Amino acid sequence: MNKRQFLKSLLLLFPAGGFTGTLARWAGAKETGKTGADAGAADRRDAKAQGNGKYHPDRHWYGMGVEIDKCIGCSRCVDACKTENAVPQEPFFFRTWMERYVISKNGEASVESLNVKSKAAREAGQEDAEVLRSFFVPKLCNQCANPPCVQVCPVGATFSTQDGVVLVDANRCIGCRYCIQACPYGARYLHPQTKTADKCTFCYHRVVNDLLPACVEVCPTQARIFGDLKSKASRLVRFTRMNKIHVLKPSLNTEPKVYYAQLDGEVR
Amino acid sequence: MSTEQMAALTELMEQVTGFIYPNEIEIHWSILIVVYPYVTGLVAGAFILASLVKVFNIKEVAPTYRLSLLTALAFLLVAPLPLLLHLGHPLRSYEIFLTPNPTSAMAMFGFVYAWYLMAVLLLEIWFEYRRDLVLMARESRFPMNWVYRGLSLFSTDISEAALAVDRKAIRIITIIGIPSAFLLHGYVGFIFGSVKANPWWSSVLMPIVFLMSAIVSGIALVIFLYMVLMAVRNQPIDMRCLDTIVGYLFYAVIVDFSLEALDFIQRLYESEESIKILGSLITHKLFMSLLVLQILLGMIIPLGILVIARGWKFNDDMRKLLYFTSVILIQIGIFSTRWNVVVGGQLFSKSLRGLMGYKMEVMGIEGLATALVLLALPFVILYVLIRVLPTERLEGERVPRGAPSPEGEALPLPTRGM
Repeated sequence: MNKRQFLKSLLLLFPAGGFTGTLARWAGAKETGKTGADAGAADRRDAKAQGNGKYHPDRHWYGMGVEIDKCIGCSRCVDACKTENAVPQEPFFFRTWMERYVISKNGEASVESLNVKSKAAREAGQEDAEVLRSFFVPKLCNQCANPPCVQVCPVGATFSTQDGVVLVDANRCIGCRYCIQACPYGARYLHPQTKTADKCTFCYHRVVNDLLPACVEVCPTQARIFGDLKSKASRLVRFTRMNKIHVLKPSLNTEPKVYYAQLDGEVR
Repeated sequence: MSTEQMAALTELMEQVTGFIYPNEIEIHWSILIVVYPYVTGLVAGAFILASLVKVFNIKEVAPTYRLSLLTALAFLLVAPLPLLLHLGHPLRSYEIFLTPNPTSAMAMFGFVYAWYLMAVLLLEIWFEYRRDLVLMARESRFPMNWVYRGLSLFSTDISEAALAVDRKAIRIITIIGIPSAFLLHGYVGFIFGSVKANPWWSSVLMPIVFLMSAIVSGIALVIFLYMVLMAVRNQPIDMRCLDTIVGYLFYAVIVDFSLEALDFIQRLYESEESIKILGSLITHKLFMSLLVLQILLGMIIPLGILVIARGWKFNDDMRKLLYFTSVILIQIGIFSTRWNVVVGGQLFSKSLRGLMGYKMEVMGIEGLATALVLLALPFVILYVLIRVLPTERLEGERVPRGAPSPEGEALPLPTRGM
């Protein structure tokens, strides 16, 4: 390619790029109902880009991706969550936690929660079984699209937001704990101080202010991917496109929005 | 967080076997939530026994009719208390009425309860007692005459036409009442049976098993109370009545037993993902309360006793003894049933990989002492009810003016123990 041809191509390339970009934005707007220039913006800038700093919950649908092969089990996400959300430090209350699976050569799976050292876990850890494979699984509220906890709450204190996050109104919760019983993932606990149900909020206070959830922010290997499923440019949408994904306990029809890549069949 | 709670949870952590989700260490529904379905079951069962007289015209059971109604009322008044004491925020409980979530089984509690108390039980009792209240208001002295006047809602008409209206009303209320009683307790079963997250609870049979065991426990309780009441009053037991009720109890136990057996067999045969952990739940955590107390002591042995009592030609005293033994065993069995459902369902992890422990408090608000008080309270209420409302229909106007009022004749019931 000589200089003349190169410059000619450049002349073509820029308008073509602009055209494609406009097309993409237009497609994005059609998909999400967004208007104009903000449609193609990345998730993190979405809230601000929508103008006037006003947040529009109907324009988002949040979820999280977890790439199991990237997780090193450092539990920084767990610490960050506890700090960010004032979760009691005692090892009985978690909005997110870390599980370690060790599958030995005889096929037996031994599981432990890295953040709780029960007697059983301490004893299990001392065994020297031949390991077939081992991996970490971060767990959190699955922010189900069809949440059983919301279904059973007698007073409507726990509810789904328009943007797909399940929250608890601590001023309304009567502390009956039916939601804790109804959650198949053990993601809820009764906060010992407020005596109300508590759970992961996807750090809703951060998300609506254009920040990532604390656990995603601190993850050193980017094993957690947060994003907006309504935005085609979202990292999460790319993640679900590039990986074969699975959700936890799909047979219960809770329609979780935490998507795991490389999830092992032993994980429940 | 209190250091006591911390210490309790640390202790429970040591009892964990296998793997559980970390939030699962705390057992959320305690002994109080065992008491709740037990008490509501007694209400439903006692009411259904009362209905036999009015709807199906079973005259033999008539001597226990009023006792059954008063028993149902005494227990129904206590039924919401364990729930209330259990709430993290009891002062917000009114929200269930103000902003109920229509998809929540629990939100319906207030409405089912209010319906049953107001539209069924109190109405039926009022119509049943109206004539007697009018009579007693006329015949007793201050202040009881005003109490009775108030209770009769200041009605005075006891003409034959008015009494006919009463009888008709009772019949209609009872016909509405039977499905309501079914609703009350079937609904309690549904609260558990509809939790798909929990394989020990999630069963379509749950409301029906709850209902049948409710009928069993309610009938057994009325038999117990009737025998005790007659003994305390030094009156003879109507053996035809007792034999008939025990007959119903016998068939109810058989149906209940069959349903529970069906549930077990179905689970075992389907052998789903949860079967291993449920198996070890039964062998490690519920051996005593399920196999020994619920099935052996609470079902097979009383069933055997009833078979013998009905099959052999025993004299009255021997039959009374056998009946009395079996109704007490049945109560123990049904209480264990509630325990095994409520607490048993929380002793295994939803990861299906481990078991937890439950350590009952003794003195705390969700402890044994509270549970015992709540179980004794209906007997105290019943004692007061029986003092005010006679368990047998007054005979015409024969009670002379100024004579000691009938409440003086009613002797105290034991206020504790089952």
